[in-house]
Amino acid sequence: MLGQVEAAEEALRRAAERGRPDGPAPGDDLQAYFDEVIAADQKIEPRDWMPEAYRKTLIRQIAQHAHSEIIGMQPEGNWISRAPSLKRKAILLAKVQDEAGHGLYLYAAAETLGITRDELVELLLAGRQKYSSIFNYPTLSWADVGAIGWLVDGAAIVNQVPLCRCSYGPYARAMIRVCKEESFHQRQGYEILHTLSHGTPAQKAMAQDAIDRWWYPSLAMFGPPDGDSTHSAQSMAWKIKRFSNDELRQRFVDMCVQQAEILGLTLPDPDLRWNEDRQAYDYTQPDYDELMRVIKGDGPCNRERMTHRRRAHADGAWVREAAAAYAAKRAAERERVAA
Amino acid sequence: MSGRFDFALALGDDALIAAQRLAEWTTRAPEMEEDIALANIALDQLGAARLLLSYAGELEAAGRDEDALAFLRDDREFRNCLLVELPNGDFAVTMAKLLFLAAYQLPLYTALAGCADERLAAIGAKARKESAYHLDHASTWVRRLGDGTEESHRRMQAAVDQVWPYVHELFAPDPAAPVDPATLRADFDARVAAVLDEATLTRPESGWAPAGGRDGVHTEHLSYLLAEMQVLHRAHPGARW
Repeated sequence: MLGQVEAAEEALRRAAERGRPDGPAPGDDLQAYFDEVIAADQKIEPRDWMPEAYRKTLIRQIAQHAHSEIIGMQPEGNWISRAPSLKRKAILLAKVQDEAGHGLYLYAAAETLGITRDELVELLLAGRQKYSSIFNYPTLSWADVGAIGWLVDGAAIVNQVPLCRCSYGPYARAMIRVCKEESFHQRQGYEILHTLSHGTPAQKAMAQDAIDRWWYPSLAMFGPPDGDSTHSAQSMAWKIKRFSNDELRQRFVDMCVQQAEILGLTLPDPDLRWNEDRQAYDYTQPDYDELMRVIKGDGPCNRERMTHRRRAHADGAWVREAAAAYAAKRAAERERVAA
Repeated sequence: MSGRFDFALALGDDALIAAQRLAEWTTRAPEMEEDIALANIALDQLGAARLLLSYAGELEAAGRDEDALAFLRDDREFRNCLLVELPNGDFAVTMAKLLFLAAYQLPLYTALAGCADERLAAIGAKARKESAYHLDHASTWVRRLGDGTEESHRRMQAAVDQVWPYVHELFAPDPAAPVDPATLRADFDARVAAVLDEATLTRPESGWAPAGGRDGVHTEHLSYLLAEMQVLHRAHPGARW
């Protein structure tokens, strides 16, 4: 996976060195030029003309991605105060801090499309933009921190590595940075589970229980099956998306089966087995009705996650106002001195 | 405290409990940048705590490592100052606590960096750079809040009034310690006075000087903090994580 991220980074560098097709001359068809850039696997940059629907799709997708990083701090943040060793506490704290950083990169990428972070945060708080459904599940034991690292971050990486080659330059570049840190987190999550599964019987049971609860929500992270996916065809044509939901889900399953064996833990699917003809594992699909319920707001933690975010935002209002007032005073002072 | 074990333990406990409180802010900060900053400072404190507690464990030579010291002592055995265990309160209280802690730790670690004990000197040399950053961050916010809006000024002054009495304990004389805390007071006062002054805040005139942390006599807050911090570790005796 990390190899693919590095290859995408290298491709990005080579494309920049090749130079782009000459910009459109006055009076040229802007759409034709846009299509030419996409066809040549070059990047669309903020200064370029782009179809309004391309801009809107990207804003929706990048914002949802950014919101997921911010809301996604909550389930893991839940265990920082109780982490069982000082080393694990430090690793978890650093990981949650990285997620806030990923949120910032992604909001900055979205801002290049002509919307502000404040507007996006308002849309999240008003419930008008979504975040990943996975963060509406509770973290009930320490092993959940490991399961989130291994399965949730693993699914996120499988989803996001192809985005390192996405046609919108700022998003592709953000994803390269995000994926490098995410694969580090995924390894750490795997290591937590490995330690637990080789520890006491109670620790091993804790690890198995976490995998049993996180497996299907992680499979559902790839979205509805291809037949029901609303944005896919257009996103593929624009080279925002490179593989279908089901292709990526299959890739994830194939990766996890082998890793679960090394862990000595089982995936909670009695019908999981190697299919010689397809050269891939057959598996039971997640419950997509449940996925739709969670996306619509009725998962176990939707209300708590949103209430928590809204409260933090509201409680911090006086601090942000103070910072703005202080900055205005200093700016006025500098003007007086200059005058 | 006076021996090197007691000294390293007290400083390690200060940093550990401060880290635990700062980390409680994760996902709750007023803005995303501040979420990152507070987690960053918590990580620095936790890093210093691990170095100091590991060294304390070696000095004690009773087989206790950083985790045994952090997770298997009760509140009567903790040696942190009361300041760091006080609840976070609002953002102004947290910044008042951080300002006072950093203004104490910076000269402390700086002095430690020149002390005769090589391990403590190395820890001091590393930690003082981090403390300088913490002090800068807290000072910036205390100025912003003190000289921001009417409400933020009121809250920041209330926070200083609430927390100030707890700083006196930090400077109780201990001539036998590797660095006598009493020698740090003048530096602390000068730094804090400059920040409060710029922030249009005043230092309270209260004569109340609560103490006891260094003797393991804490506020009522510490045992709740430890109950949460230690619950999982204590539930699985002898397990590796």
